[in-house]
Amino acid sequence: MTDDATPDDVTPGGITPGGDIGAAPTDPGHRKPLEVVDVRTGMFGVQGSGDTSGYGGLVHPVTMAYASPRPYGGWYDEAVDILAEVLAEAGVSFDAAINGVLVDPPFATSKYSELTLHVAPEHLVAVCQALRDDQDLRFELSLGVSGVHYPGDVGRELHAVYHLTSITHSRSLRLEVSVPDGDPHIPSTTTVYPTNDWHERETWDFFGIIFDGHPALARIEMPDDWPGHPQRKDYPLGGIPVEYKGATVPPPDQRRSYS
Amino acid sequence: MMQAQGRPHATKAPLDDSGLPTFEASGGDWDQIAAEIAELGEERIVVNMGPQHPSTHGVLRLMLEIDGETVTEARCGIGYLHTGIEKNMEFRTWTQGVTFCTRMDYLAPFFQETAYCLAVERLLGVADDVPERAQVIRVFLMELNRVASHLVCLGTGGNEMGATTVMTISFTAREEILRIFEMITGLRMNHAFVRPGGVAQDVPAGLSQEFARVEVEVRKYLKQLSDLMLANPIFTSRLKGTGHLSLAGAMALGVTGPVLRSAGLPYDVRKANPYCGYETYDFDVPTSTDADAYARVVLRLEECYQSLKIAAQCIERLEKSTGDPVMIADKKIAWPAQLAIGTDGMGNSLDHIKEIMGESMEALIHHFKLVTEGFRVPTGQVFQTVEHPRGELGAHIVSDGGTRPYRAHFRDPSFNNLQAVALMCEGGQVADVVVAVASLDPVLGGVDR
Repeated sequence: MTDDATPDDVTPGGITPGGDIGAAPTDPGHRKPLEVVDVRTGMFGVQGSGDTSGYGGLVHPVTMAYASPRPYGGWYDEAVDILAEVLAEAGVSFDAAINGVLVDPPFATSKYSELTLHVAPEHLVAVCQALRDDQDLRFELSLGVSGVHYPGDVGRELHAVYHLTSITHSRSLRLEVSVPDGDPHIPSTTTVYPTNDWHERETWDFFGIIFDGHPALARIEMPDDWPGHPQRKDYPLGGIPVEYKGATVPPPDQRRSYS
Repeated sequence: MMQAQGRPHATKAPLDDSGLPTFEASGGDWDQIAAEIAELGEERIVVNMGPQHPSTHGVLRLMLEIDGETVTEARCGIGYLHTGIEKNMEFRTWTQGVTFCTRMDYLAPFFQETAYCLAVERLLGVADDVPERAQVIRVFLMELNRVASHLVCLGTGGNEMGATTVMTISFTAREEILRIFEMITGLRMNHAFVRPGGVAQDVPAGLSQEFARVEVEVRKYLKQLSDLMLANPIFTSRLKGTGHLSLAGAMALGVTGPVLRSAGLPYDVRKANPYCGYETYDFDVPTSTDADAYARVVLRLEECYQSLKIAAQCIERLEKSTGDPVMIADKKIAWPAQLAIGTDGMGNSLDHIKEIMGESMEALIHHFKLVTEGFRVPTGQVFQTVEHPRGELGAHIVSDGGTRPYRAHFRDPSFNNLQAVALMCEGGQVADVVVAVASLDPVLGGVDR
């Protein structure tokens, strides 16, 4: 598709006006390959079509990039190469440990690009060790663990996201580990980054990701006997309708959604 | 009597205390309890401190195993102020998110707002289009907020050691800064003033004069505070060498901010990875190598002076850029409401209401769509850090291309730094626990979110 494509070009025959799950997602730039992580349906938020009524029945694939093509640009190429070397010395294959290297937004187009390494769970500790200890990488500061739940990303619903900073080299990167909902096991990184202790407990508490080898993986924010993991997408927000000046305001999760 | 399984622990199964002697202190009865404990002849006792204790900075619960006066094990229990702010943000528009994250660390609201808005702007790809004047206002508010937050830290820290005057001076000084916040945002706390694309409103006329007055006042109070604390023999003997945390310990535990800088590493996000144009301001990052509670007091006082210096530079720039926009030009992002002071307080400006209600149907539709539906943010994720008074604050924001955040996570420095309590307190005196925790300056609203 060329840059001067008109909206008509992206809605050829056979696609419903509201968008079509079967259609190739429109590529917003250089983010390739895109993988469908969710499919959104509803009345609002139609894209790529002039019809905003919603009568077409909106079906919109939510896509996310998992890997960028080389060269990544900046210091990213060098850092990834060094990581591959260090991992090889430790007897870990780079291709087995890193499932994807993503630079988003692309380095060439933005000064705000970030490097994301999609790490296989079984090699996470080795990757962290290499990133922390090698003098050319030296990501000595971990800024914690954050969880994200993508119920539509089948086979890797639960993501644990680690943000590492190298004070020595003034660099930052992100590690992303995805595991299936049915087997949410990730090895604990507390042996490499002791600071991740509470952050992993928080991610267990909110998402139900089990960090194997954690010294005391217990709930941290919710009470110990709390059922469920509140930040998962299948956990309701809760709330009660509120009456105000004669009208009733429904709880936030039951209001009209435009997403 | 106290077996290993009976040790206090935030995370283990509830302690089976049947058969163990327990005492409940309700105030004023400490002599009686001490006498009863002395009768038992048991030196090792478990003290549950908090969550409702005046010296735990809010609702922090500390479980201390003490042997005589020595703390042998210290554990934190948190979660008493968890309000699900991150989950709530997933059910509001991107602009409404500011209203929630400002309430996390309630002593430093502008930092959460700015971190969140910078992250959203990066996801939108408009980070470079935010007007210069808006960035200056953000820096101005953040630096004054840093002073206010440090003043609370010093004041409550002093109060917890019995120095009430330190607290009264600090809070009086903070009050002056809150007056400026009220003048600019209309609120003393929970401002929701920084918005994706800029700030909600331009600063009012007369800010320069008010700041000039407040700066003199705050400097006067800071001078009083340093006179009162730094050379005071009781204060120094109480704080020097207390709550020691070495550089290696701080790095391993991810402790940032004044606590890390007190161990000698001049790591400050404003210098290391500047945002909001911090690279263009003239300021220093004070450090110390003493790594104790006293060094942190000195550093916080010095940081207050540095912040005032930055704020004065902001005022200069604001005077030069009077009349410039404070919100991004893109009308698809910029909140349409124009605020004005009316007879009944702040509200939409009459001119704006006249335009959307009487002149332009399109303007009304645009206003309605943007306020109810909000704008869409391209798919992706961003991690934006800012230098919070307590350390490095990170906002991890994920978008699925919709009108609401798919996930908003805040790496709050208080949450992380509390992990150092065990390292700083174990082996020390029980009375020093209060000093050590105060030197970390945790704010439980930020810890629990």
